Amino acid sequence: MRGSFWRETVIVFRRQLRMALRNPAWVIIGLVQPILYLVLFGPLLEPIAAQLGAQNAYTLFVPGLLVQLGLFGALFAGFGLIAEWRAGVIEAERVTPASRTALLLGRILRDVLQLFVQGIVLIGLAFLFGLTGSILGMVFGLILTVLLGAACAAASNALALTTKSEDVMAPVINSIALPVLLLSGILLPMTMGPQWLQTVSDFMPTKYIVNAIRELFLGNFFTLTTMWGVIWTIVLFALGLYVGTRTFRKENA
Amino acid sequence: MIHARGLARTFAGRGKGKEKVEVKAVAGVDIDVAEGEIVGFLGPNGAGKTTTLRMLTTLLKPTAGSATVAGFDVATQSQQVRRSIGYVSQSGSTSPEARAGEEIMDHGMLYGISKQQAEARGRELFGQLDLEGLWTREPRAMSGGQRRRLDIAMGLVHDPKLVFLDEPTTGLDPQARANLWTHIADLRTNLGSTVFLTTHYLDEADALCDRILVIDHGTIVASDTPDALKRQVSGDLVQLVVGDTEQAARTAELLGGIADAELTTDGAGVSARVRESGTKIAGLIRELDAAGISLESLEVRRPTLDDVFLDLTGRSLREDA
Ligand SMILES: Nc1ncnc2c1ncn2[C@@H]1O[C@H](COP(=O)(O)OP(=O)(O)OP(=O)(O)O)[C@@H](O)[C@H]1O
Ligand SMILES: [Mg+2]
Repeated sequence: MRGSFWRETVIVFRRQLRMALRNPAWVIIGLVQPILYLVLFGPLLEPIAAQLGAQNAYTLFVPGLLVQLGLFGALFAGFGLIAEWRAGVIEAERVTPASRTALLLGRILRDVLQLFVQGIVLIGLAFLFGLTGSILGMVFGLILTVLLGAACAAASNALALTTKSEDVMAPVINSIALPVLLLSGILLPMTMGPQWLQTVSDFMPTKYIVNAIRELFLGNFFTLTTMWGVIWTIVLFALGLYVGTRTFRKENA
Repeated sequence: MIHARGLARTFAGRGKGKEKVEVKAVAGVDIDVAEGEIVGFLGPNGAGKTTTLRMLTTLLKPTAGSATVAGFDVATQSQQVRRSIGYVSQSGSTSPEARAGEEIMDHGMLYGISKQQAEARGRELFGQLDLEGLWTREPRAMSGGQRRRLDIAMGLVHDPKLVFLDEPTTGLDPQARANLWTHIADLRTNLGSTVFLTTHYLDEADALCDRILVIDHGTIVASDTPDALKRQVSGDLVQLVVGDTEQAARTAELLGGIADAELTTDGAGVSARVRESGTKIAGLIRELDAAGISLESLEVRRPTLDDVFLDLTGRSLREDA
């Protein structure tokens, strides 16, 4: 790829990050979110984990939270883009010779960085609560989360640029996020549910990703579950980037 | 610098209820702009100025026709076109929460110029456009006119050879407007730039442009120098006020002898369009004197572009549209 591509990506990324860091709400909410989940929700899950035969409640719970952070944080990333579009920033950037993909990628990288930091805070804090497991697995789990987040951010940006309206986008995002959240076994494993619910959840790619991250946390790198999760992550990542890039390239978006 | 042939754009709009209607924003325009020219694109709201500019700047695909800008085809060589032009959009280009100086530097750097260069040129433009001291200000904390000037600085930071300005002076006070006119004229003098700008303001087009394209309902209805366009109107408007209505009738007869159009009488007032009135007025005054008509006032108004516009489209171009 052209050398200028990375330069342009960095320019866009730096601009996004600079503005985000200057917004204290963005920083505080970003950090408090994982902490709240862990502190307020974790204790409820400990007895259930024992029931499920899990050695450590947090190897069950933290992967779910990771994916949730990835999905939700990133899916809402597009709202910022609508505001930028309205201010004329997108058009101003599109009239420059900068690569359209770089304009998208710079933005996604900021969301990915946010997710990465949140993930580290979450995992680090979980150790204090008693998380044990494979450190290397956790690193891989975090990578899967970040890739999934990148896919969601790309899709969200594409949706934002297509609809150009918060009022259209919010219901769409919500109607996607809710079933995904419920059917991926993010907070509780799907194996707790009745058969029909499990069957439905088999169609949810994110379920495989959550399961894979759980496996990775336990140090199981070479299992079928892990493999499916990795495959689905890569598929979603490629799909998200493809859709996002295509939308950004469209001449009149 | 710009050559467009049959450039057109239709939008899929929505009529009453669900029926689909097509909005012909630009209905096939031919545009030719030579290097170093300052050309004004004049037209009322909704005439298709912005749409044309967005097609020429590769932001919008034409539905028909073709255009080359700075020697490159807008459809197939958009990258090269973008490299050669600067664009100031009608509706802003900066985030309200960003900082002015950083916005302009990032923008310059996306054109490939170095950080130092972008900063130097940015600060220079801030000075020239009366934005001193606003380098670290957030656009949301700037006045409308300051924001407008920031937009203009953004479009010029990389010293483009060809500049598109979409209503650059809307929202500027008279002084800032005059300052910007000087600045735009300097772009050509100092950098040899070509400027294509849209405006509602006739005086602006008159003062600034070598050539004016008048657009209405998506078609170009005139293209000429400001002077030649003004010459199209049948003469200067000569307005006389005399002692009473009786004298007015006699005056109308005399004025009718030299009038070319629009001879009207209104009470004690008489007016008409007279070509080259300068050479004919003296004779008229002598004749009025000889007829014993007391002349209360005499006014001669050179045709404005507003008159031209009225002539061309049958509609008046509102100054503050
Ligand atoms: N995205 C769009 N979708 C549908 N119609 C559009 C769109 N953009 C412009 N139009 C229509 O095309 C016509 C020309 O619009 P354009 O913005 O080019 O006018 P303009 O000459 O720039 O006017 P103004 O002086 O108000 O800026 C208008 O009737 C407008 O409503
Ligand atoms: Mg316009």
